[in-house]
Amino acid sequence: MSTAGTIAINQSEIIYAPGTSDAEIEAAAIAASRRHRLLVLAWRLGILAALLSLWEGAARSGVIDAFFYSYPTAIAARLCELIVEGTDEASLWYHLWLTMEEAIIGFFTGSALGIVCGVALGRNKLAADIFAPYIKTLNAIPRVVLAPIFILLLGFGLWSKVALAFVMVFFVVFSNAFQGVREADRAMIANAQILGAKPWAVTTAVIIPSAMSWIFASLHISFSFAIVGAIVGEFVGARYGIGFLIQEARGVHDTAAMYAAIVLIVIVVLTAEWVMTRIENRLARWRPPPTQGH
Amino acid sequence: MSDTPAIELINVSRRFLSPDGHAFSTLKDFSLTVRRGEFVALVGPTGCGKSTTLNLITGLGHPSSGQVKVFGKPVSGIDPRIGFTFQADALFPWRNVIDNVVAGPLFRGRAKAEAYDKARDWLARVGLAKFERHYPHQLSGGMKKRVALAQTFINNPEILLMDEPFSALDVQTRVLMHEELLRLWSETGAAVVFVTHDLEEAIGLADTVYVLTTRPATIKSVHRIDIPRPRIISEVRYDETFIAISRRIWADLKEEVEAGTLAAA
Ligand SMILES: Nc1ncnc2c1ncn2[C@@H]1O[C@H](COP(=O)(O)OP(=O)(O)OP(=O)(O)O)[C@@H](O)[C@H]1O
Ligand SMILES: [Mg+2]
Repeated sequence: MSTAGTIAINQSEIIYAPGTSDAEIEAAAIAASRRHRLLVLAWRLGILAALLSLWEGAARSGVIDAFFYSYPTAIAARLCELIVEGTDEASLWYHLWLTMEEAIIGFFTGSALGIVCGVALGRNKLAADIFAPYIKTLNAIPRVVLAPIFILLLGFGLWSKVALAFVMVFFVVFSNAFQGVREADRAMIANAQILGAKPWAVTTAVIIPSAMSWIFASLHISFSFAIVGAIVGEFVGARYGIGFLIQEARGVHDTAAMYAAIVLIVIVVLTAEWVMTRIENRLARWRPPPTQGH
Repeated sequence: MSDTPAIELINVSRRFLSPDGHAFSTLKDFSLTVRRGEFVALVGPTGCGKSTTLNLITGLGHPSSGQVKVFGKPVSGIDPRIGFTFQADALFPWRNVIDNVVAGPLFRGRAKAEAYDKARDWLARVGLAKFERHYPHQLSGGMKKRVALAQTFINNPEILLMDEPFSALDVQTRVLMHEELLRLWSETGAAVVFVTHDLEEAIGLADTVYVLTTRPATIKSVHRIDIPRPRIISEVRYDETFIAISRRIWADLKEEVEAGTLAAA
């Protein structure tokens, strides 16, 4: 998006000679935009290579302690090893899948309930006023302190982590859905009512679509919150999972494995983010293209 | 039956609470009668209570005292015979043009196929047949207003309330929209209450122009517009009757606007 903005600026600065045809201008614009993309890509790769070699060099030459900080090639090697051999307890994929399962179940249940409660309270002022202090209080609890309690209640297995992921997600989505409902345009609601919409139709045809951009904004951060919930739960008590793997690696001072696990989680979160953006773009085709910021 | 008026407001008052908790009147002993098929324009100083009046007729707002009747019956809830065109853009931006137009019939439980046929028909009537699949943000201001008109007219309203519907348009487009509106209106025979700040618009369109006083609003004067129909809006403004009426209404309105600014100062 921001790249498109820059291209637009560049084009507007070009002054074409009189008599330049549309086709020539279009070709020039396409070439300029391709040059721009390649330039951006080259810089990105260059910066990545520079940072990685700096890290590698610093660790190997002893400027930083390789024992604590590890270094890229060691991490890559350890990651390959983990992929091929797994850990003593299970394969890497099993650990990863378990963490994902916890996060995904927590994410979907938490956001579904968050949307339902947010829309319901947003539509009902009396209920919203009654429940406001309760919600504020619950929201004031730092979520991670619940981890030991959930493990006590639900055991070392899947469900204690799902519960933690759920509470991480629920409040964020809830408050965004609630806010989105409150911001729905009054004229649009009145229009729907006069056109014949009953309250339920107003909710589904006006309130929810107009709250959708708020809800999506919260879903983007929520998935990484769900992962945080799952991993923190595993830190506190688990037999499998990426959090457990990191905890184990720390026990035996295997820093490369800890970093390898982080790399893995980052890849997962970025992929989820990408999928979510795709879904959002598909749902939001009606929206005008974002104004090109400078 | 057919001589019961479309709309009656009888000694209506509407009070609001100001932010510091004091009650103030927006309408006071306000009475207005609109015949079936009559085109009424309301003009008056800003903030005098024109939008409030329309809200009372739709049933979205309730009078503090007095009676509001639609076709002889007191208003309770939203009457399906009423259509409303808003000043602000009230189209649903996430629906394309045809899905916006079809909203009314679908909300009212009509069959889908029938509703879409009717919507296509209305889009053709407002000259937007080719734009069915466009989203509102892809349309010009004038096109959006046409969609809004189709969205309203598809429900066959017997009463049409319009709150400064064309105020955001440029002058040329506005005149086109006036002709469009008069054409659609003459085919339906609905009673219209049209709120505007534009006197030429009021006189050009209406059978009767009501000038409201500054808040609390009552009716200051009533002007019958005896310009024969069909009117050609782009020419009617050079008509002598038009100019004479225009001068009279201006004088009335000017007094009220000045009274309003004095009160505020
Ligand atoms: N819901 C409300 N609560 C409190 N005051 C209100 C409310 N709605 C309208 N008012 C007040 O009532 C008065 C009349 O408002 P209204 O919108 O009817 O004016 P208007 O004649 O349509 O003005 P304009 O020409 O600017 O659109 C204003 O002073 C406004 O502040
Ligand atoms: Mg108004």
